[in-house]
Amino acid sequence: MKLNRLGESTIIFRNKPKIVSRYAIVGKKEGEGPLGSYFDEIIKDDLFGQKTYEIAEREILQKAIEGAIKKGNINFADIDFMIGGDLLNQIISSSFSARHFEKPFIGLYGACSTMSESLAIGAALVDGGYAKKTICSTVSHFATAERQYRFPLELGNQRPPVSQWTVTGAGCTILGSDENSKIYIPMATFGKVTDYGIKDANNMGAAMAPAAANSIIEHFKDTKRKPEDYDLIITGDLGKLGSEILRDLMEYNGYKFTNNYCDCGQIIFARDQKTFQGGSGAGCSASVLNSFILDQMEKGIYNRILFVATGALLSTISTQQGESIPCIAHAIVIEREKEVVNVDNNSNNEYIKRKNGTSKKIKFSK
Amino acid sequence: MLLTYLKVFLTGGIICLIGQILINKTKMTSARILVTFMVAGVLLEGIGVYQYIVDFGKAGATIPIVGFGRTLARGVIKEVSTKGVLGILTGGLTATTAGIAASVIFSFFVALIFRSKTKHS
Amino acid sequence: MDREERNKKYNLYVSSKSPKSREWPNLLYAFLIGGLICCFGQAITDTLQIWFPAMSETELGAWTLTVIIFITCILTGIGVFDDIAKFAGAGTIVPITGFANSICSSAMEFRREGIIFGMCVKMFVVAGPVIVCGIVSSILVGVIYLIL
Repeated sequence: MKLNRLGESTIIFRNKPKIVSRYAIVGKKEGEGPLGSYFDEIIKDDLFGQKTYEIAEREILQKAIEGAIKKGNINFADIDFMIGGDLLNQIISSSFSARHFEKPFIGLYGACSTMSESLAIGAALVDGGYAKKTICSTVSHFATAERQYRFPLELGNQRPPVSQWTVTGAGCTILGSDENSKIYIPMATFGKVTDYGIKDANNMGAAMAPAAANSIIEHFKDTKRKPEDYDLIITGDLGKLGSEILRDLMEYNGYKFTNNYCDCGQIIFARDQKTFQGGSGAGCSASVLNSFILDQMEKGIYNRILFVATGALLSTISTQQGESIPCIAHAIVIEREKEVVNVDNNSNNEYIKRKNGTSKKIKFSK
Repeated sequence: MLLTYLKVFLTGGIICLIGQILINKTKMTSARILVTFMVAGVLLEGIGVYQYIVDFGKAGATIPIVGFGRTLARGVIKEVSTKGVLGILTGGLTATTAGIAASVIFSFFVALIFRSKTKHS
Repeated sequence: MDREERNKKYNLYVSSKSPKSREWPNLLYAFLIGGLICCFGQAITDTLQIWFPAMSETELGAWTLTVIIFITCILTGIGVFDDIAKFAGAGTIVPITGFANSICSSAMEFRREGIIFGMCVKMFVVAGPVIVCGIVSSILVGVIYLIL
């Protein structure tokens, strides 16, 4: 059998699984952010009219999946698999909403990296001819994450300045084979679990940045590509500090990011929204990918991007026992079939350019 | 009168300031701060220092959780001198029971009425 | 590069790169609000003393705490306390308000899992160690006092 693989950990999808539909739904705070106009739906109430935040999270995910099916005019019978996960213990949000759709369900746990993990597996299923269409989705909710990983919501404590804000939101991408869509996934690089010994569970960006660097470097080695080959390299939820660290780590390894790099967590919130380092959570990369990024690709502003969702694989117990945080990142290449002339990718997005100002000039060095 | 309040303000403010310095410097969570100050109160009363702070700062020294620890230790010491060995066990909670019971009962009823709300900033 | 050495270096790098808490505003707010809460407590004590001159000092202290705890629980219930605490930091954590808030917020948070196994079990999820450590250390003090 022929191995559809490049190098150590990059798999190639020769049949070009297409992105046939997408839907992003976010909470009120995210909707008020700079990307607000790109989201398909903004919920007004974080309880979403439900009794508990857990049910609300489930409903948001369900809404995102239903929205994607409706938006793409997709025949529900064509959907063969539902792939997804979330941050809650035993991924209850995903499996409980899978109960509603009654489709074969592949539950994943990749923490905040779930979006790219589900896209990679979904693309593999479509590419291999195992599925006509798959649902790839993930969700996170500020209130449920806060009570599971941190403190009661009404507890009066101060968030440390390195912390990030869990995004309330869900994203759903539907992958299919024989569609008219121009956007497809040609390859994916699965990441390795990386741990650089960060123990501070508040400083997720610093913990996850080495994992992201590892996966991106692995991807460049496997494909013999360079950062300049991409119109945009976008990480999941490293936040401001994490993405600055990633830049440093990449430079240390001989790859220099220019203005074609940004981070979902960094762009989802504005500075005055008081999130400190920006957004985090599985829903962060999922909602930004399925709104802003794919929208820009559909418009032809980006033709080839590298989407690297990052996840911190910790639990409350491992944190209490004083263990460091292992992290993972999976990289997905998303391409658009070329027909427009490639615009100069260094000047095409003023917003991302503005976000890329670095504050502290400390480099990771020998 | 005004001087009393100034002393209260200063004492209370400085105790809280120490707490904030600990938060800023050591990344302590609020639970750890509470534990540290509680134990500090017990020990300071144990060596007999805290009474001077209370005499100076009045409510400024009794309202912080340090004062709660002081009440706890004072209860134990008092009952030990009147009741003997058993006082070690009964003294502390007897003295602080008002604070703990009040917190429990008010929280109980508040939680029956209100639910936690999500934050926006 | 040795893994441990790499991790050590990375941790050093991260801590030098991480932003620190804004020192001065935080300290100022903690000092001001903490001081004000204590003054408020003193005002309650003074008022009670005028109304009930027969009350002993201990009783006055207990009543003052009860009033502050009551107000804290109400503020926590209506969702205002965490907004104040965000500015005040230790200014609201260190006074008895922090203790009452930790019990009240936990009770509210886990109320959705039921009254017995949610609210009653988890009520002391934050404040539990405070009481346990307080009692243990006070017993230690008592034992030493007994011996001396």
